Amino acid sequence: MKFGIVVFPGSNCDEDCYHVAKDLLGCEADYIWHHDRDLKGADAVILPGGFAYGDYLRAGALARFSPVMESVAEFAKKGGAVLGICNGFQVLLEAGLLPGAMQINRGLRYVCRDVHMKVENDATPFTALYPKGSVVKMPIGHMEGNYTAPPDVLGALEREGRVVFRYCDAEGRVVDSANPNGSTAGIAGICNREGNVVGLMPHPDRCSESLLGNDAGIKMFESAVAALAAR
Amino acid sequence: MKVEVRVYPREGVLDPQGKAIAAALGRLGHSGVRDVRAGKVFFIEIAGSDAKAIEADAKKMAEELLANTTIEGFDIRVVA
Repeated sequence: MKFGIVVFPGSNCDEDCYHVAKDLLGCEADYIWHHDRDLKGADAVILPGGFAYGDYLRAGALARFSPVMESVAEFAKKGGAVLGICNGFQVLLEAGLLPGAMQINRGLRYVCRDVHMKVENDATPFTALYPKGSVVKMPIGHMEGNYTAPPDVLGALEREGRVVFRYCDAEGRVVDSANPNGSTAGIAGICNREGNVVGLMPHPDRCSESLLGNDAGIKMFESAVAALAAR
Repeated sequence: MKVEVRVYPREGVLDPQGKAIAAALGRLGHSGVRDVRAGKVFFIEIAGSDAKAIEADAKKMAEELLANTTIEGFDIRVVA
């Protein structure tokens, strides 16, 4: 099992993802520079958090034109497992690999804190080990996490069970006061129709070992290992 | 030639920046402000003299990169 971690100029969670894959899970892992088109035989590709291209113009808007994104799109089309975390999620949206767009947080501020989310889809390669309906706590750190999409797209996401994570309180209630950024319907993470491409704003890579006070995120990576081994 | 591309939140899309600016203007005493939407303007210089072709080129730029058409609209003005 090999994780490929894409590195854009301005990515800053690439090493966190590498550490989780390599040191914590004992998997193979390799960085993939954004100018490369070779995914180096990765079984799962991660677009990490950070500020690709300084978030100039819009978060993710310039990164989507990196050569590597053509390979990632092709990989995704063939059913390859792709995970976008935070800025990586924004890149997936701009690239059209996931639908919708991000707006600035409704409070107009960068928000950096722990949030709770409800796992609503346990059928993706990155969520298979979370019980459906369970509540997980993960940290967020972003300025543009206010997810929006046209009504028909939102309808399709809900109908097809493609909302993977939804912001909630510690008891699992999806309430506005638990929504950190104004995201439509409390959406924290979604997947494509096939379920192999997943994006979320919270950071599983920043909560994957008890040393950090929270290891709720490791299951996302373990899920990928289990799901891909089963293929 | 010079082209201006204005990019702005689509009608109906919530604009948190515009809302905050409208509230700030109200606090400053501009009580008549009903609504503000905040956008961006790109001032672009393009080689050539065919205004039609340049406008078409700018439209392509807006659709490909300058605007995220999921949430933003745009308009183009060929200035000179």
